[in-house]
Amino acid sequence: MTPPAASGETPQQALAGEPARTLQSEDTRTLPPESGRSERVVLDDEAIRRALMRIAHEIVESSDGTDRLYLVAIPNSGVPLGRLLVDNLESLTGDRPPLGILDTTLYRDDLSIRGARPQLRKTEMPSSVDDRVVVLVEDVVSTGATIRAGMDALMDFGRPSHVRVVALVDRGHRELPIKIDYVGKNIPTQPGDKVVLYTEGEGGDGFVASEEIGALQVSVREADAEPGVSVREVDAGSGEGGGASS
Amino acid sequence: MIGRDILGIEDLSREDIETILETAERMQEIGAREVKKVPTLRGRTQINLFFEPSTRTQTSFEIAGKRLAADVVNFSVSSSSVTKRETLLDTAKTLDAMDPDVVVVRHKVAGVPHRLAEVLQAPVINAGDGAHEHPSQALLDMLTVREEKGHIEGLTVTIVGDIAHSRVARSNIYGFRKLGAEVRVAGPPTMLPAEIEQLGVKAYTNLREAIEGADVVMALRIQMERLEGACFPSVREYAATFGLDRAKLRFAKEDAIVMHPGPVNRGVELAHELADHRPSVILDQVRNGVALRMALLYLVSGRGGASA
Repeated sequence: MTPPAASGETPQQALAGEPARTLQSEDTRTLPPESGRSERVVLDDEAIRRALMRIAHEIVESSDGTDRLYLVAIPNSGVPLGRLLVDNLESLTGDRPPLGILDTTLYRDDLSIRGARPQLRKTEMPSSVDDRVVVLVEDVVSTGATIRAGMDALMDFGRPSHVRVVALVDRGHRELPIKIDYVGKNIPTQPGDKVVLYTEGEGGDGFVASEEIGALQVSVREADAEPGVSVREVDAGSGEGGGASS
Repeated sequence: MIGRDILGIEDLSREDIETILETAERMQEIGAREVKKVPTLRGRTQINLFFEPSTRTQTSFEIAGKRLAADVVNFSVSSSSVTKRETLLDTAKTLDAMDPDVVVVRHKVAGVPHRLAEVLQAPVINAGDGAHEHPSQALLDMLTVREEKGHIEGLTVTIVGDIAHSRVARSNIYGFRKLGAEVRVAGPPTMLPAEIEQLGVKAYTNLREAIEGADVVMALRIQMERLEGACFPSVREYAATFGLDRAKLRFAKEDAIVMHPGPVNRGVELAHELADHRPSVILDQVRNGVALRMALLYLVSGRGGASA
């Protein structure tokens, strides 16, 4: 498989004028050859799709009717996951819930301590969240800082009746009282580890060029491993904020 | 870019410009929300230091700061110690001691923002200095063209009017050239600086030739009160020769857009019919100005960051 970058680039790259979406060609690069040692695959494509189908069932089961559901993906890597979840929900219930995209960067609490301002991502909320059951979709949750920022951002778009959270990976190390309602997999990690979601064919901004979302893969790169040059880190851009995993 | 002064497009690299435009494209969405405010610059202080009256630019910078939740303080000539004969640098030092995170400066003398930037701890954004530069205007013009055309590289941009006295023209020439557009300037010979072609533009005194095949035609404001008689015989003659109307625009590309930095002298630089409707995008320019200035404030504000 040809896993592209999972999440955003570093702020330094962003300020050097390398926006994610211009990296499309590079995004089809392969893993570093020695990735077997420095990175271990914790979820392959099949496991991810199975988890997303199970989560869709859980969402249906725990929601009092699905007509008020509204999925909101946090870019970049929440977006392909949100798309797959919306597909699954439609196949289960016949209703296709709306899918919004909500960048949390402007709501972060760590802007003052970072060396450069992080690059902003797309926000696209198709309708009001008033009285909806909003499900935030994130790839990896750690400290909870991004989810905290996501909830703040959400409130600027109205008043949802409920807010729930999907995380494909819960890697622990929570610093805030944030509960994940639907977890793909709990993966114990060391604080310095990087957890990366690769999406084949994704152009850095979480938007897949083709209708079909390519192969997915979650890998853990351990803290003491050599940093692979072509791997961008999940916590670097809009991923897990608060610097918990860096 | 935190802590960096934005003094002119001449000092910005192509990458800097693209970073600013991409950030501004993300900021546009905030202006379309019901709640037009994000908490990003909460607790930061922005001082607008306008030594020359400018309702439009000052309001745009003020709204931009407020949408990012900064505390915005307007310091204008009428209310200021300028009338008490304090020197420029003393005024600046006094304000700096109040620890602003960004200072926006407009002055009728070229170079004043540069001098203030040497003294101030906070980053300085030039909001127009004499006939030198007006970087935020050029950046919002580039943002508008990118929104309309999808790209800037390879376009032909014609700037019409008083090129010699225009900071908007100068900043736009630098900016559009850096992003790979062909830039032409047109006006009466008295308004075209002799050495203007050294900036990589082609100068025309015939409007029709200048807009032949252009993708973007930008009209500049004519300062009638100052220039009539000095640079052109009469306003009527200027309007007949260099004023844009639909008939003259026929020579541009079919999908050409018309821009103007405002405020418009209707019937002089632009015919009424062009000022209000497409292909003119004047109000889009104004709307984009807020998003663009939000991007600048987001990227640079903060004390003690990396210097320019």
